Amino acid sequence: MSAVSVDRPARDPILYLDGISVTFDGFKALNALSLLLEPGEMRAIIGPNGAGKTTMMDVITGKTRPQKGTARFKGNLDLTRHDEATIARAGIGRKFQKPTVFENHTVFDNLVLAIAGPRDVFSTLFRSIKPRQIERIDAVLETVRLTAARDRPAGDLSHGQKQWLEIGMLLVQEPELLLVDEPVAGMTDLETEATADLLREINKTRSVMVVEHDMTFVRALNVKVTVLHEGSVLAEGSLDQVQSNERVIEVYLGR
Amino acid sequence: MISSRMPFASVVVPAVLIAIAILVPILHLSTGTLPTYAVSLFGKYLCYAMLALALDLVWGYCGILSLGHAAFFSLGGYAMGMYLMRQIGSRGVYGDPILPDFMVFLNWKELPWYWWGMDHAWFAFPMIVLVPGALALVFGWLAFRSRVTGVYLSIISQAMTFALLLAFFRNDMGMGGNNGLTDFKEILGFDTGADATRSALFSVTAITLALAYLLCVFVTRSRAGLVIVAIRDAESRARFCGYRVEHYKLFVWTISAMLAGIAGALYVPQVGIINPSEFGTGNSIEAVIWVALGGRGTLWGAIVGAVGVNFVKSWLTNNFPEWWLFALGLMFVLVTLFLPKGIAGLLRLGGIDAFNRKSAAAEAGEARS
Repeated sequence: MSAVSVDRPARDPILYLDGISVTFDGFKALNALSLLLEPGEMRAIIGPNGAGKTTMMDVITGKTRPQKGTARFKGNLDLTRHDEATIARAGIGRKFQKPTVFENHTVFDNLVLAIAGPRDVFSTLFRSIKPRQIERIDAVLETVRLTAARDRPAGDLSHGQKQWLEIGMLLVQEPELLLVDEPVAGMTDLETEATADLLREINKTRSVMVVEHDMTFVRALNVKVTVLHEGSVLAEGSLDQVQSNERVIEVYLGR
Repeated sequence: MISSRMPFASVVVPAVLIAIAILVPILHLSTGTLPTYAVSLFGKYLCYAMLALALDLVWGYCGILSLGHAAFFSLGGYAMGMYLMRQIGSRGVYGDPILPDFMVFLNWKELPWYWWGMDHAWFAFPMIVLVPGALALVFGWLAFRSRVTGVYLSIISQAMTFALLLAFFRNDMGMGGNNGLTDFKEILGFDTGADATRSALFSVTAITLALAYLLCVFVTRSRAGLVIVAIRDAESRARFCGYRVEHYKLFVWTISAMLAGIAGALYVPQVGIINPSEFGTGNSIEAVIWVALGGRGTLWGAIVGAVGVNFVKSWLTNNFPEWWLFALGLMFVLVTLFLPKGIAGLLRLGGIDAFNRKSAAAEAGEARS
């Protein structure tokens, strides 16, 4: 079950990974990983530490080049040939495990930096952002509940607020595919619940891939789950299906 | 969204500079209260301030700690020096109408190709920014494309200036070797030794510094300025936002090198000499100390730091020459320990910004909307 067999859909999958292998100093971080994500789909990725979840995100976002395999976005963009900036502009947004916001900038400015638009030096030097974009930012601030913190430095926010700001930054970036790495790590139960709601809301308009350890959260998302183990896909299906899968039980509980 | 403090500085700094650009010549020429040496000394401080400003732009805002900015400063200085050498004409010791004295002394028969055109201001003056700019562009393109950052970049920037130091020491380089370029007679037809020329050079330096400051304000307060600070604070996040980090770094790096070149060019006619020791690694490091003392990440802090430290330096080296290096080291240690944001940070303690917070944000500013 190393390769996923899915019927070829009529549309190109938004994300197509086939036979991806990444080796660091002899350690196989990804081992012939294959995975498909349909447009509009939300997928949860689970797996023990070292299963290759973060490396997979690095490959998708252009940070790591795989030694082998095919990685395509929307059928045409070869993710193994472009750098982070190009891939981000093409429509893949990434939220890091540790909340990474620009701490010295205000919450508002963080969103200004993230909002979709030209990214070249000339444009940012000579053109200010449009009123329409400010409206969009203020709307997103509302969504991520940071309106009150609009003009505060992002470094002053609580851990949970930073996570939300980062999600907000991804929202204004308007990616077609959102990669979210452990969004609820360090959040309270209430925040976790709100984050699940938020991701479901986001999923209405874009595809989402969530890496998460928190099973309660994954259950709350109620989406198809892919289990990674030692760099390849171990099982795929609903959370109940994978949880009753013997190999998954073995990997998670067997040792 | 309106920051009340930083726009204040961006008005005050140019206003002060323009005021002294007017006042100093009056005090010097009309009343004679200011001796000529003082005018040139202050002019030198302002050149250093421009170098500090350039360094602050890359280090304070973009997090690129250059230990090689003396290279850009000196190249600008040499470009001006070459122009000034060609203005000597037949008034040199050997009286050769074309060849500078040191070339006659070395028994050279004709002017090397890279000296061609340097007798014309219209050709030589653009070289003041183009030569350092081109070096920065090539160096930066190679370094930033390969994602050389942090201490590695600092080290190769220092290697760059050291390599130039060695190159310019050689007589074969055709740049006057050890002695450099000196004995200047006139600039744009004016006697370089005349009081009026000295005053004019000071005013031009002050006004150029004001313009350079405004340019830096424009860059840091634009959205590009936001990106630059974002790169300083979280480089890979900026990449995942879709920004080509290497383009932004190359942009500030090159602008900064050009400003340093202008500073060097204004420095040379006021001190009357440019020689390879200006490429010295010590000079680059001293500039870093000015910025650290003044407060990196604040443009006016860099200016205050450069002028302040050099003021102390002049006073100490006159009165207690053997203590200067100890004093410099002590200042640096004390500021690092107690004033991590420099003098600018001290003056702002009443504000909202704690250590390492907000300085750039406040300066890079609001009102982008």
